[in-house]
Formats: sequence, structure tokens, C-alpha cells
Amino acid sequence: MSELIHITDQPLDIKQVTALVAAPSLGGVNVFVGAVRNQTKEKKVIRLEYEAYEPMAISEMKKIVQQVKEKWSQASIAIHHRIGLLQTGEAAVIIAVATPHRADAFAACQFAIDTLKETVPIWKKEVFEDGEVWVSAHP
Amino acid sequence: MKLEILLFGIAREIVGSSRVQFDLDAPLDVKAFKLILEEKYPRMNHLSYYKVAVNQEFAKDEQLLQQGDEIALIPPVSGG
Repeated sequence: MSELIHITDQPLDIKQVTALVAAPSLGGVNVFVGAVRNQTKEKKVIRLEYEAYEPMAISEMKKIVQQVKEKWSQASIAIHHRIGLLQTGEAAVIIAVATPHRADAFAACQFAIDTLKETVPIWKKEVFEDGEVWVSAHP
Repeated sequence: MKLEILLFGIAREIVGSSRVQFDLDAPLDVKAFKLILEEKYPRMNHLSYYKVAVNQEFAKDEQLLQQGDEIALIPPVSGG
């Protein structure tokens, strides 16, 4: 998938997302991969189920890209998020940021994932051996 | 006035459907709508919080809901 912002039920490809932002003038490329953990509070996670309010999630991800470009004018950024059923160890999100120098690439990537976790309407349910929980739903 | 509400995540499970319709007498704002919703689905009150999106943008409490708006409940997000 060659789109900079993408939501898919297919496995994500780190090389592909990275290639979307690489450019000869951008010397720092930072890639964040958010993967499915195998345990939460010492309970074994069997799988995760992700769902998105897709058009709004895309629109909120576009806002993140816009904010990144406002803060780091030369940054190039791609965000791919997976939905559907995921097994432990699989990538749920990949964010790649390229900037002329490394410090900005780290900072922009951190900003992007932190903001995504606050604003993008995507939800995950952790399925355990003895039950399931929508993450962050309850206090 | 008929409002159709899109539901996701735990809100979908609480209501038991991915869409629900409300038939209301008068136009109302987000805050008033949430009170009606919580009366019908008290478990919404147990969430850490939830937001309302109107036409794919987060809405403020005082925003008026209109027939034909795309309205969605946004329980606490947990992407990434």
C-alpha cells in the first residue's frame, strides 16, 4: 500500500512504510512499531481485536500528519494501522518519520504515536483465556 | 427528529448493536443527548469517559445535533 495514511486488516510491512518516507535529503529515519503484547497485568493475552471508526480515524490521522509538518516543516511521515484480529507479536501500528537530522525524527515520531493514542478512534479488545477487556474503557 | 447513532467498541457492546436510532421531539445539544442516552443505557456511565463525534469531528457539549448528522459515540480510544 503506497498511501501515507492507511488502515488495513492485512499484516503491516515495515519496509514498505519506511520506503514511503525515505528521501535523499532526509538523513534521520525513525520507525515506531506498536506490537501486540503477550500479557497485561500478568494475564496471558491470546489475541487482540481492533476496530476503527474508519473515516474519522483517517481524518484524525491526517490531522497528526498536518501537525507534524507544522512543527517539523521538512518531515515526511507515514502512519499505517492494522485492524481486525491480531496475534501476539504482530504489528498493530507502524509510524515512519524522516527528517534531515535524527533528533527531529525521534521527536516527531514520539509526538505522532502519543497523539494517535489520544485522538484516533480505534479500539482494541484484549482476549484472555478466561475473559476479555476493552482496553482503557473503565477507570 | 430522528437521530441515528454509530457505535463502536464497548459502546457497541453496551447497546448491543452497531447502530441505534433515537426519536426526539426537539433539537438538542450533545450534553442533553448524553443524559438521554445514559438513562437508556446506564452502563455508559461506568466508562472512564466517552465523547460524541458529529460528522466525524469531536463535538463540544453545547453543539446542537441535527437530523441527518453523522453522530457517533467515541468510548475511550486505545489504538496503537
